[in-house]
Amino acid sequence: MKTVTVYGPGCKRCETTEAMVKEAALRLGIPVAVEKVTDARSIAMAGVMSTPGISVDGKLVHAGGLPDAAKLDGWLRA
Amino acid sequence: MTVQTHDPAPHSGAADWLWYLGVLVAGVALYLLYGQLIPISEWVTALFPVARDSHTGEAIAFFFYDVPKVLLLLTGIVFVTGVLRSWFSPEKTRAILAGKREIWGYPLAALLGVATPFCSCSSVPLFIGFVSAGIPLGVTFSFLIAGPMVGPVGLGLLYGLVGWQIATVYLVFGFTIATVAGFVLGRMGLERYLQDWVRELNAGPLGDLPEERLTLVDRLKIGLEQVREIVGKVWIWVLIGIGIGAAIHGYVPEAVMLRIMGGEAWWSVPAAVVVGVPMYTNAAGVIPIVEALLGKGAALGTTLAFMMSVIALSLPEMIILKQVLTLRLIAIFIAVVSAGILATGFLFNFLM
Repeated sequence: MKTVTVYGPGCKRCETTEAMVKEAALRLGIPVAVEKVTDARSIAMAGVMSTPGISVDGKLVHAGGLPDAAKLDGWLRA
Repeated sequence: MTVQTHDPAPHSGAADWLWYLGVLVAGVALYLLYGQLIPISEWVTALFPVARDSHTGEAIAFFFYDVPKVLLLLTGIVFVTGVLRSWFSPEKTRAILAGKREIWGYPLAALLGVATPFCSCSSVPLFIGFVSAGIPLGVTFSFLIAGPMVGPVGLGLLYGLVGWQIATVYLVFGFTIATVAGFVLGRMGLERYLQDWVRELNAGPLGDLPEERLTLVDRLKIGLEQVREIVGKVWIWVLIGIGIGAAIHGYVPEAVMLRIMGGEAWWSVPAAVVVGVPMYTNAAGVIPIVEALLGKGAALGTTLAFMMSVIALSLPEMIILKQVLTLRLIAIFIAVVSAGILATGFLFNFLM
């Protein structure tokens, strides 16, 4: 089970990102627990400066803007 | 029949070619449309059962000329800016600024503030990221002031609606205020007025993100995505701003405007700032108002002060920053930036 963390204060793009992660996990049949971090302090502590940020199992893979769908699949598969 | 299916190559040549052509065609189409705005707006205005030279006729013509004009300009500017900014990121900017401790940090931060893509919703992580990387507080402020103050949307619309002279004046003074205000704030030793947790914070190292390799088509897609997002968000502010601009253009007598916002009334500059700071709208919403004000004879300095305080200082942004700055620091920040805006306003009213 992979843990995917979406970092973002709750703007629209962050919500879209979360939905994209869930959709991709479902489509690929990969069990994923999605957690959201919305607190600015925790976002900063994770080393994310531009939101939304994404980490998979604690490793940051993306920061700033919507992720590319193909790349997102790659992160989940890896 | 069997259909040969293969995974589409991520960037096949044909698709690239289509993208370039599409952008070119769209650009030409928008440009041609832009040239036809006067006949179109006059045609629409004639549909209304009011005399063209009445107050209402003037207001309607202003509205239907400005709405398509601002939306076209906005689309073009946001697209081009989105593509150009794809070469920048907060992470790169931070790396550049962290190495600069001398005086050049301030103007450089102001320049990067214009070039770096960031949305106000992530200004807190960005602020912490900067400060924890050892970027001086003043330099960080220069960055945060310049971003909204001399944003491309405001400048581009000013250029299209009011003219290049005033757009240039705005650029030079907006940039100067961001640089000087950051410098002054930096000299005041304000670190002790950060929220406690920020001072004690040792933010984790930046996630080691691999450098993203973007093709030109990727960048065009980013531009298009920006258009969808930003135009989709600000169009309502544009309509409200143009509505107010149209009302001023049609109904406010010049004599009244000269008395309130004319160069003779010295108090009009501070009044413009006091009114402008709590006002919250997008640059795209305020510039049609500026256009109407200047058209009615409002003084340039007063109008500049109004525009700058609306765009550069906004209440929602202050509320977001409250998480990292104490109220006292926010007050000092507003005071220093307002002082710069006041000075600009007085200077231009005095010169003109």
